[in-house]
Amino acid sequence: MSVEKAAAPGQSGLKRLVSHALQNLGPLLALVLLCIIAAIASPVFLSPRNILNVLRQSSINAIIAAGMTLTILTAGIDLSVGSVVALASTTMGLLMIHHGAASSVAIGGALILAAFVGVINGLVITKMRVPPFIATLGMMSIARGAALEMTRGYPMFGLTQDFRWMGAGEVGPIPWPVIITLVLYVIVYLILRFTKIGLYAYGIGGNEQAAVFSGINVDRYKIVIYMLCAFLAGIAGIVLSARLDSAQPGVAEGFELDAVAAVVIGGTSLFGGEGTIWGTLIGALTMGVIRNLMNLMEVSAFWQRIVIGAVIILAVFVDQMRRRVSRRT
Amino acid sequence: MGESSLLEMRGITKRFPGVLALDNVRFDLKPGEVHVLLGENGAGKSTLIKILSGVYQKDEGEILIDGQPTEIQNTHHAQQLGISTIYQELNLIPQLDIAKNVHLGREPMIVPALQWIDFGAMYRDTQRVLDELGVDLNPRTLVRELGVAQQQMVELAKALSFESRIMVMDEPTAALTEQEIRELFSTIRTLQERGVGIIYISHRLQELAQVGNRVTVFRDGCFVGTRNLADVTTDELIAMMVGRTLDDRFPKVAVERGREALRVERLNQEGVLRDINLVAHHGEITGIAGLMGAGRTEMAHAIFGVTKADSGQIFIDGERVTINSPRDAIDAGLAYLPEDRKGHGLVLLMSVANNVIMAGVDSLSTGLVIREGEKNRVVDQYIHALNIRTPSARQQVQYLSGGNQQKVVLAKWLLSQATVIIFDEPTRGVDVGAKVEVYQLMNELIKQGVAIIMISSELPEILAMSDRILVMHEGTLVKEFADPKGVTEELVLGYATGGIRDER
Repeated sequence: MSVEKAAAPGQSGLKRLVSHALQNLGPLLALVLLCIIAAIASPVFLSPRNILNVLRQSSINAIIAAGMTLTILTAGIDLSVGSVVALASTTMGLLMIHHGAASSVAIGGALILAAFVGVINGLVITKMRVPPFIATLGMMSIARGAALEMTRGYPMFGLTQDFRWMGAGEVGPIPWPVIITLVLYVIVYLILRFTKIGLYAYGIGGNEQAAVFSGINVDRYKIVIYMLCAFLAGIAGIVLSARLDSAQPGVAEGFELDAVAAVVIGGTSLFGGEGTIWGTLIGALTMGVIRNLMNLMEVSAFWQRIVIGAVIILAVFVDQMRRRVSRRT
Repeated sequence: MGESSLLEMRGITKRFPGVLALDNVRFDLKPGEVHVLLGENGAGKSTLIKILSGVYQKDEGEILIDGQPTEIQNTHHAQQLGISTIYQELNLIPQLDIAKNVHLGREPMIVPALQWIDFGAMYRDTQRVLDELGVDLNPRTLVRELGVAQQQMVELAKALSFESRIMVMDEPTAALTEQEIRELFSTIRTLQERGVGIIYISHRLQELAQVGNRVTVFRDGCFVGTRNLADVTTDELIAMMVGRTLDDRFPKVAVERGREALRVERLNQEGVLRDINLVAHHGEITGIAGLMGAGRTEMAHAIFGVTKADSGQIFIDGERVTINSPRDAIDAGLAYLPEDRKGHGLVLLMSVANNVIMAGVDSLSTGLVIREGEKNRVVDQYIHALNIRTPSARQQVQYLSGGNQQKVVLAKWLLSQATVIIFDEPTRGVDVGAKVEVYQLMNELIKQGVAIIMISSELPEILAMSDRILVMHEGTLVKEFADPKGVTEELVLGYATGGIRDER
């Protein structure tokens, strides 16, 4: 019954391969290029000590961005993650210092609260039909306010020392935050690749109506995804507190934007349905390398913000160009 | 000079990486003529149209407009040359009124330096154009308040106000009712009288003779022939399109009717559905005819749990089921192949494999984890069984043809073990050849005892493929033909339009 053009699938197959390569390798090539430039610009850059430093400094953003990837894949966004980092930090601090909880209990409590915040985000988005941008913008303020109120606005010192390895420890030369980040990325990869949560995340982001018509409980999976996102932000809060050896309500302000930037630099579409977790890791590393390079070159913190902003716009611009090329039929 | 050509395209060749989209084709258009361009998906029709409208540049060949060799630089240049294209997806801004849409981008100015728009002139001019078209619309009406047919008229008005002399219409009747099609054809005649040449693309072979003068057929990027529509039969056209004769366009098989599979009793939905009583049997195709807007799709949505009915009962294999969501429907053994395949049926960005497992993934997973090996095996099985033409299971479905996309949706429902499958416009946007394949798959399904409900606006399809025909009119089923033998299109249309009524 073949009445179709045999060449068509083959041709689009090739095109798919090229666009696939561009999508997945584009960000990686950019990162490699950036590292070469950095190596030329600063002799210190390639030293093992500095490389490990970049990895450690990128880890918090990378962890938050992993969760952000999930929400953006569903064509959503979570702007509350920075505040959730702070809330997890202060909750843990409060439990440890004021209630004398063991570090495991304090960390568990903080993570449960973080996940709970994510569930609330999910409920507001699905049941109250508030767009994700607004729902999580509201939660950004609510969670920050709660963190500040909890500690009356002051940082808390005197955390137990038995979990500090999470932020400051090392296995051989490798910092623990880097290991934690990698483990979390493998877990998120497995979720996206091999579970219904992953299948449905791409499905909902690609075409929510088709997901509804396929009998998927879209609301439930969205809630799960916002919960995972907030949970990951909670972990980032614990790691950050361990590194700072304090619980700080004002910490991680603006981290949500860094996370979004890492996700889009990594090639995930803000319209949902397209993207990979490894792209996000590359995106987070790209931002880390740029920051590190500017530090090495003693660029002022103010200028750094200007450069980072320009990089984000440039990355999305390049991504749009790629899409335009690959959509040409 | 009536025979001189408005447009001539000669020796047009267009290559894309790895594929020859157009190979030395020709096409011409005379003033006041409707010239139909025919071919299956992938035949090169849209590539030719995109070259004409300046979206693509040709690699070889020449284009003459009014006998003058012309290089069409870009879409803006095409517009200046008097070429307008009315695409299937209408390009109007719903929040603006008709006049603003018609003049978008070339608003008349009072003080050009201040970008001060002359709204008076704009509304007057729009009114003039609408009058010329014989369309009864107010230029101040917002486009979002218009139906598809009226929006199309606005597109035509826009083209006319550009003083376009070459208009391309891409499947203009795809979403129109019979009445609206008649109105469109009369508007087309008005345009013809003004000397406008129209390139008309459509898959609906029956309507071509009513509207067109000549027809040109493309196949696989090559020119097959140009004929006068008065001298050519539908079968000849199909043979030109597919390169051979299709012995049987509707390969109906007879299967012994089985037990009752689905029974719907007194289904009501305020303002949409009224007292729907419906029975479907195993091994049977129940055809549902009706005009657009009669409530057929709405009925399917209500049965499938997409929308909520106000009252009514649904029985599957004699057992009462409660359906509050598509999940409930799927669990009860129902499946629904939506009318809007791309909007409701598929995730275009996802792979064939992942689309196939969207609804039935539970049977392939342990807890939340999908059993990868089994998934790949099952998906390959369906690709093979349904003859889905794709380079691999990992290909994104957006790159598949309409017929193959439809098969992916079908595979999804077969995996979910459906026993009652509702096909909503199963062959819309599907090539002639692939249509036969879809019918053959339906035959396979009823042989296996599946009950099929086929909603369709294609009356030949309804009459030829159904074992039983129900006709819907204004939200209720008004007529049942227990045996489609001897039933004519006119008779079905009579009930569908409300022209004929039985006392029940």
